[in-house]
Amino acid sequence: MAMKETEATGIIGWVDQRFPLLSLWKEHLSEYYAPKNFNFWYFFGSLALLVLVIQLVTGIFLVMHYKPDASLNAADLPGAFFSVEGYIMREVPWGDLIRNMHSTGASAFFIVVYLHMFRGLMYGSYRKPRELVWIFGCMIFLCLMAEAFFGYLLPWGQMSYWGAQVIVNLFSAIPLIGPDLSVWIRGDFVVGDATLNRFFSFHVIAIPLVLLGLVAAHIMALHEVGSNNPDGVEIKDKKDASGKPLDGIPFHPYYTVHDLVGVVGFLFLFSVVVFFAPEMGGYFQEANNFIPADPLKTPSHIAPVWYFTPYYSILRATTSSFIPWLWTFFAIAAVRVYLSAHSNQAMKRAVRGFVAVLFLAMGVPGIVLKMIGLKTLASFSIGGVAIFLGIDAKFWGVVLMGVSVLIFFGLPWLDQSPVKSIRYRPDWHKTVYGVFVAAFLILGYLGVKAPGVWGSLPYINLDTAQTVSQLCTLLYLGFFLLMPWWSKMGTFKPVPDRVTFAAH
Amino acid sequence: MKKIFALLALVIPMLAFASGGDVHLDTAPERNTDLAGLQRGAKLFVNYCLNCHGASMVRYNRLKDIGLTEQQIKDNLLFTGDKVGDMMNVAMKTSDAKEWFGAKPPDLSLIARAKASEHGTGSDWVYTFLRSFYRDNSRPTGWNNALENAHNTAMPFALWELQGKDRGATVKTIKQLKDEKGNPAGFEETIEVFGKDGSLSKQVEKLKGDHHHEGKTVTLDKAEGGKLTAAEYDAAVGDLVGFMAWMADPGQNKRKQLGVWVLIFLALFWVIAWRLNAAYWKDIK
Repeated sequence: MAMKETEATGIIGWVDQRFPLLSLWKEHLSEYYAPKNFNFWYFFGSLALLVLVIQLVTGIFLVMHYKPDASLNAADLPGAFFSVEGYIMREVPWGDLIRNMHSTGASAFFIVVYLHMFRGLMYGSYRKPRELVWIFGCMIFLCLMAEAFFGYLLPWGQMSYWGAQVIVNLFSAIPLIGPDLSVWIRGDFVVGDATLNRFFSFHVIAIPLVLLGLVAAHIMALHEVGSNNPDGVEIKDKKDASGKPLDGIPFHPYYTVHDLVGVVGFLFLFSVVVFFAPEMGGYFQEANNFIPADPLKTPSHIAPVWYFTPYYSILRATTSSFIPWLWTFFAIAAVRVYLSAHSNQAMKRAVRGFVAVLFLAMGVPGIVLKMIGLKTLASFSIGGVAIFLGIDAKFWGVVLMGVSVLIFFGLPWLDQSPVKSIRYRPDWHKTVYGVFVAAFLILGYLGVKAPGVWGSLPYINLDTAQTVSQLCTLLYLGFFLLMPWWSKMGTFKPVPDRVTFAAH
Repeated sequence: MKKIFALLALVIPMLAFASGGDVHLDTAPERNTDLAGLQRGAKLFVNYCLNCHGASMVRYNRLKDIGLTEQQIKDNLLFTGDKVGDMMNVAMKTSDAKEWFGAKPPDLSLIARAKASEHGTGSDWVYTFLRSFYRDNSRPTGWNNALENAHNTAMPFALWELQGKDRGATVKTIKQLKDEKGNPAGFEETIEVFGKDGSLSKQVEKLKGDHHHEGKTVTLDKAEGGKLTAAEYDAAVGDLVGFMAWMADPGQNKRKQLGVWVLIFLALFWVIAWRLNAAYWKDIK
């Protein structure tokens, strides 16, 4: 049988005749043309890949010595806790370094991914034809959050145990199936050995496999359409005689060597933390987690790790007093959709139905009646169903927390701006992005703190931190849900047809 | 006149602890590189703490890292028939501990990291804790602690010999009163004065005005009758806490030394990577 012709010789040639080695090399590295105007924000993709590798390799070594066992040893310490703090950290050669790299890597992963997503937000990297790149990325984000959540239970400290207990209990708020669902997830009626072992399986193999597949899909989808750039200009629109984009440069060697600078810089900052401050003031390694898990002793303040706190804040902000405001906000957004539906009668009926169902399901009439003192009317029931009370605010908090993560998937369709990049949008759009970032950071900060940390508002008897969280929740949701309208408003600047680049 | 003078004499110097939001923790002294201090701390730990508390993640022979030889460890620090390669386990059974104290004394291997908070490091907490015990006859052990989150602790004061068993305190608790409807109705202050023998004299005072904060303030008196002076006791607790900080993170010094070399290498390599990048990119116009 005639073998494929290859320019390569020796071993490489032998492989290339049996495996698409050279064509993969060309397609994805030496002849993958990327825009030449990448800036600082474009480091974070390669850094995310680096951190993934760091986590996988340190994880492999940790699993060699870790034992997922909740039962107590002879000294009354849970096996899992001892295997980390008593064995890996003290007796395994370099074990303390590997453990610190893994915990720092987890936080670093989220810093890198949040900045990577923000780049996408700023430059419209999720826009056509890159919607699928973005969707795979959002799925990676979800998997990352699940991976971090499952991994955090493994050291079996107080925060590990009680954080898992709180979050899994959230599922019990789902009507009808909730409590059974929670038992199914936990493997028991409370978080215990069954939970620890299955979370170990999810964290070590199930999610990493899915993550690897998604990362491959993410990069393949990207390479299929080509990268975006800070100007939002499509470089494939202007090609030279041989079909290469005029503003494109081969990824290898130009971006391999460019990304190396980013990698070394990242490793420097990473090493500062790993060697000098692995606890990072209690944010990367929480103090409470140095106490072995005790199912009988609830910590006074249970909070998730810092990277979950914006979403935890949104969950905490959703109280019954907030529900009427929330419903009003959704109703206003729905009115906007209704008005732009024009003659689409089906759409208009759907919007009306949605608003009505939400009104009853959120229990808005019941809450308002209670607030004005008509408690008996509020709990009026027909056939055992309290028609005005709807579903508990705890459930809506979980829904809202889910919506605020899942809404990222919708960005390619929510963004109706005529230009991709923030560089050519009206200047006031930058303020809108700034408000979104500020709301996200404030939610994150308040999520770390105990409730009531800012005292009461003057004159009105409302908790300041909770009210600010509620306002920031509306700003966060408004940024996305109202985007189809605000992204079109204003005077846009002319987009150049070639990228802006200064030789350096 | 004489009474006031006597009261003043007893009450100097005083340590004041505020409660609630402004918890004040004293700063634990540094013993990281002080091998002699760490060894003194090890001695105090084995003599005063290891009877009730375990440090079951620390091996006796790990103490070679603080400058002791195995023979020195065997001769001075091993008591209960443990071998030098064993963990520093406690002989007390959990069931006995629960019966005698109401709770099992926590394992101290990681205590200096576990007690960290926004008010200070874990070492700061333990340092302040061990110097805040005062006599209180209403407690089963006869001792109470001035730290807000250690109030009514079940722990007997193991270091009483060194500090001195005569120490009183004044506890001021401000509480908001509510009327039958549940509306705020002024503030009341309870002043409990514990004498140096633990006896209590109490008085309750209604406070004027509406601008008070709920909370508890404990003012400690000077300790008397101990083997060590106040300054010596503080230094000894500093050694003990330094040892506990070492136990919580024994690899700390090696880690930082290695870190310096890693950062130097990465800084140099960054310069090389930067210039390499510039060399390739000068072709790009």
